[in-house]
Amino acid sequence: MSSPARTPQPSGDAHRAPSDVRLSVEQASYAYSPNPSQAPSFTLEALSFQAKPGEIVAILGPNASGKSTLLQLISGALQPLSGRIFLNGFETHSLPPKTRAQRIAFVQQESKLLFPSRVWEFVMHGRHAHGRGVRFETGSDVLIVKNALAQVGAEHLSDRWMNKISGGEKQRVILARALAQQPLLLLLDEPTLHLDIGAQVDLLETLRRLAAANRYTVVVVTHELSLAGEYADQIVLMQKGKCLRVGPPASVYQRDLLEQVFQAPLSVEMTSSGRPRVTLLSKD
Amino acid sequence: MRPLTLSRILLRCAILFAILFVTVVIALKLGAVQVSLYGLGRDLIHVLLRQSSALSTDYGMIVVDIRLPRILLAIIVGASLSVAGTSFQALLRNPLADPYVLGISSGAAVGSILALILENQLSISPAFSGLLTPLGAFLGAAITIAAVYVLGRRQGQLDSFTLLLGGIITASFLSAIIMLLMSTLSSGNLRGASYWMMGSLSTLPPSSLLYLIGIGFLVAAGIIYTTASDLNLLLSGEQEAMHLGVDVPRVRIVVYLGASLLTGLAVSVSGAIGYVGLLVPHAMRLIFGSDHRMLLPAAALGGAIALVIADTIARTIAAPSELSVGAVTAIFGAPFFIYLLRSRLP
Repeated sequence: MSSPARTPQPSGDAHRAPSDVRLSVEQASYAYSPNPSQAPSFTLEALSFQAKPGEIVAILGPNASGKSTLLQLISGALQPLSGRIFLNGFETHSLPPKTRAQRIAFVQQESKLLFPSRVWEFVMHGRHAHGRGVRFETGSDVLIVKNALAQVGAEHLSDRWMNKISGGEKQRVILARALAQQPLLLLLDEPTLHLDIGAQVDLLETLRRLAAANRYTVVVVTHELSLAGEYADQIVLMQKGKCLRVGPPASVYQRDLLEQVFQAPLSVEMTSSGRPRVTLLSKD
Repeated sequence: MRPLTLSRILLRCAILFAILFVTVVIALKLGAVQVSLYGLGRDLIHVLLRQSSALSTDYGMIVVDIRLPRILLAIIVGASLSVAGTSFQALLRNPLADPYVLGISSGAAVGSILALILENQLSISPAFSGLLTPLGAFLGAAITIAAVYVLGRRQGQLDSFTLLLGGIITASFLSAIIMLLMSTLSSGNLRGASYWMMGSLSTLPPSSLLYLIGIGFLVAAGIIYTTASDLNLLLSGEQEAMHLGVDVPRVRIVVYLGASLLTGLAVSVSGAIGYVGLLVPHAMRLIFGSDHRMLLPAAALGGAIALVIADTIARTIAAPSELSVGAVTAIFGAPFFIYLLRSRLP
């Protein structure tokens, strides 16, 4: 039932106007060593890709392939060892914390609160970067928070406690907090990790809708091959700290390549919409 | 959705202040010498309005000169310890953090004792000698919290249980050091080991030092308050706070220094009074929520109220002899600590 992957179609984005590019990763690399005197225990080899407003980029790869490190580099939390990462022409690492948070929102796998707070209070934290010192929320902050909750379909949760809502609801609230930051770039680290399949699809539908409506550039780290193939505009395929392939799903999703990277037999079919569909096969 | 406003904070603080005032009046009334509530209230308002000459009752002067300074000391120490506890809880991301439990108060006590010894040895001019003890206490607190922080890390992460154990061991080690210092040095004005280890408000500092501690409290608490919004975000972790725009290293150092200063100031004039910094912030969180813009001032006023009450109990429960105020706070605080340990930590 496996069918050979089709030859990749040439990407229409090959000659992008530079002004159209929002995120530009240029030969960025990184090395991590627990002890500075020793050889690094993990290296991310130099890689490059670009993304436009409204685009969804999925970073794919097995465990320990450097996906999360790449996301941290893009967020500016880590400084590249070499190369540079630009957001609208500014290096993400050298932005001051508040400016960075006004432009880049980072959605982590989960959020552990020390003390319980209401959903709306949690989402209001997204407005922190837009004020100074000890600030009090304005009417426009309230509107933005309400709007962010509505965009992820969570307005009914507003007055609930964060520790009393389900995993899927929590993930949507964390996303709402990111939207309240009104960022240009939305980064998500395995947002579907603790979600059931229905909630995963919901989340990615929401992401696609938001990327189109708000012109966010979205970069998402995920293990979900099929969902990424369905929803992403670009795939960055990684293995052991190397970037193997960058391009639209149709060109990256080749059966041999994916089988070699993920060490699992699978099949790749093209659907009528021109998107690849990946099916995992049993090992026998 | 009802965002916090400045006027709501001020209103709640006004209510807490009124409760504090009533507590002070009752605390002034209770004691060996009986005085009427009405007379006391009137005298207290005279003192607040700086019209001490208009004091009416016969006992007014005694009450104002003996009980009031002690109550003022309780207010400042209680507010300091409580704000320090609130800060340490957010900074260390541990609901059980408290200056006493983590050994920070013991560190401040050792610093105070060493400063007192140094003062005797060096015979510094009296103008500076008053400053030496709070300074030593501040350094003792700052060094201890840094040590506990290092002890509490496992694989680069702050671990709740390791931090608590590290703090408790540090506290017992420093208590042993206090005992050692006390038994080897029989110098005149070191006060007793139980003063430093349990805390007491019975030894009044000179009024100049009381002023200094009061100003120090306002400065340190004010500095910590500038980070109130950042502390709210720190509750969801340093990584997340950083991504939300908090300058984490700056906030950490500001709160660390501010909370060390508060602990040092409090301990230098009252010894290591325990559990105020644990009990009060949690009680205030239950009432007002965990927003630090409201919580910090509420903790200050709540800490003041709690310690005035605790000291009044300590003064009166076994009258005419006196119980150490630290014993009173521990009787209420230790069971509460156990409750938090079993309910709040994962």
